[in-house]
Amino acid sequence: MSHYNDFPNDDTALINPLMKKSGRWYYFTIACLSAIVAWGLFSWGYQIRNGLGVTGMNSPIFWGIYIANFVFFIGISHAGTLISAILRVTQAEWRKPVTRCAEAITVFALMVGPINVIIDLGRVDRALNIIPFFKYGRFESPLLWDVCCITIYLLSSVTFLYLPLIPDIAMLRDKYTKRRWFYRILSLGWTGSPRQKKVLEKLMAIGTILIIPIAVSVHTVVSWVFAMTVQPMWHSTIFGPYFVVGAIFSGIASLIIAMAILRKTLHLEEYLKPIHFNYLGLLLLTMCLLWFYFTFAEYLTTFYGAEPEHMAVFYSKLGGEYTYYFIFMIVTCFVIPFIFLAPARLRTITGTVIASIAINIGMWLERFLIVVPTLSRPRLPYEHGIYHPTWVEFSIFAGEVATLCLLYVFFAKLFPIISIWELREKHEDEEATIKEKAVTTGSYEY
Amino acid sequence: MKPEKIKWGMVIDLDLCIGCQACTVACKQENNIPFVSSDQARMGRAIQWNQFITTVEDPLPHTKVRYLPRLCNHCEHPPCVKVCPVEATYQNPEGLTAQIYTRCIGCRFCTVACPYGARFFNWYEPEWPDEMKSSLNPDVYIRTKGIVEKCTFCVQRIRAAKDKAKDEDRELKDGDVIPACVETCPTKARVFGNLADPHSEVSTLSRSRRALKLLEHLGTEPKVMYLTERTWNESL
Repeated sequence: MSHYNDFPNDDTALINPLMKKSGRWYYFTIACLSAIVAWGLFSWGYQIRNGLGVTGMNSPIFWGIYIANFVFFIGISHAGTLISAILRVTQAEWRKPVTRCAEAITVFALMVGPINVIIDLGRVDRALNIIPFFKYGRFESPLLWDVCCITIYLLSSVTFLYLPLIPDIAMLRDKYTKRRWFYRILSLGWTGSPRQKKVLEKLMAIGTILIIPIAVSVHTVVSWVFAMTVQPMWHSTIFGPYFVVGAIFSGIASLIIAMAILRKTLHLEEYLKPIHFNYLGLLLLTMCLLWFYFTFAEYLTTFYGAEPEHMAVFYSKLGGEYTYYFIFMIVTCFVIPFIFLAPARLRTITGTVIASIAINIGMWLERFLIVVPTLSRPRLPYEHGIYHPTWVEFSIFAGEVATLCLLYVFFAKLFPIISIWELREKHEDEEATIKEKAVTTGSYEY
Repeated sequence: MKPEKIKWGMVIDLDLCIGCQACTVACKQENNIPFVSSDQARMGRAIQWNQFITTVEDPLPHTKVRYLPRLCNHCEHPPCVKVCPVEATYQNPEGLTAQIYTRCIGCRFCTVACPYGARFFNWYEPEWPDEMKSSLNPDVYIRTKGIVEKCTFCVQRIRAAKDKAKDEDRELKDGDVIPACVETCPTKARVFGNLADPHSEVSTLSRSRRALKLLEHLGTEPKVMYLTERTWNESL
């Protein structure tokens, strides 16, 4: 297996997608994705016009797949910033070709995710009522915690994505004529002077540390929307960390899928190597085991305590109408990933991608299984409906996925998806780390 | 009675209740609650501020069928008020869990947080049969699609009774406020009044040995209490 930091000396493979004329497949992809987005927008319009009755939601299942989607996309957003921050902090040198494609997922997933909550509103026209201080927003509601944390996370991830982009943008401005005005504005007058480099490094160091608690807070408060109520199998102290683990889990899986697609379509075989997939696969395996541990702990605690109200929800997932979903979730989130990720022989690009696709399906189901069964088993035995999502809900979901892909495609068209200047710096960096390691172990001598 | 001395509450005697559901009908009429088609009702979209919960226990021939009219409990510690992001639901000084229809954004966090299922959402623009349209109550706001509504203890009647008492230059007395469901009950199973006044009928009954609250273990402290010789359902 080739070394993770051996890259070609010229970066034409990274520049080509930006500068060369776009091919037929590019326009075909854009057209398909735009059509799906347009269909999603139409469905949303239809829903606004007719009311939320066009969805399958009812009383008492007041929340459906919109809320599951919200949690799902926010989960995917943990692909990037958090992972790249952790890898930066731990000085994992193999991160370099991975960080930018990861951070871009974060930013776009964070743009798409919260739209679900707005779509879910009965009165979209009053959405701005939620603004605190100026309107009626009140901080006692966990929904406001979400609004605050997600806003901060979005702003900081955009910054975190943008800062290391600046040297690359400046390079594009200097070397190429295409879109020069655009790159000139965005490069903020970067010349690569030592002072500028120092400032950038400092800002990145601060950002790396700050982004970790922010990212953790985001998925924690998303879980608290559920956990702060008194409903059976929501009111659980484990929910915060459980959601954070689930988020990183599905985040890494999304990253692997994105990387595999980029590798194939942009011909980045020399940059995104099997060893990167192997390392990410190991991280994914860790999260897989953690996720299983949390799930097991959650369900065993419920089962052993055996409170009737909790058991009603429990049995809806194990024996009731959600049994197949539950089994499918365990298979896709644990069995398949474990089979493909645990043996080193199968931890190839294909292996990790199969595991990742399974995980993303499974983690969507996990969110569905958190939102819906609890609502379907109210404490009082009144008459209640059954939830079947309608075409409107599925169309809007498809539109959201397409929006995320579209934004990502545009990003990859405008900016190098792999950080070029960071790759160039590899040798100096590596020497520094080797020295540092040697000093700390005491084996280094001048 | 000064506002700070008022805690509105209701007592429902289940041993007197015959399950006729006249209260549900009266409530619908009084509070402009929209109608839904039977298809929609089957989907669980019917709105009944005053809803009958029926349980059937034991197989024939020893079947026990029990009714329990469930309305908003106007809890002392309402789980719904806590979670509302825009203060569209709040606890007013007289202990009512009030709803501001014009502010609600329809996120349904309150409906999800309420352990009693007492809150309802307008899935569509509300509709009434033509015959009903002329008899809508002018004192009650007509809700739009996309917002949450629930029992208000007939707050319009509370306001009217206060106005009347003021006109007559006297204080509100026990029995002045009669919500629609209480008015219509043929067996006088329901009593409404001020729980803070120790001599009011509702307060006296609420201290009865037979009194129970729904899901008391959740600590919501409902202000709707039920009277019965037995628990209404063994499992609760």
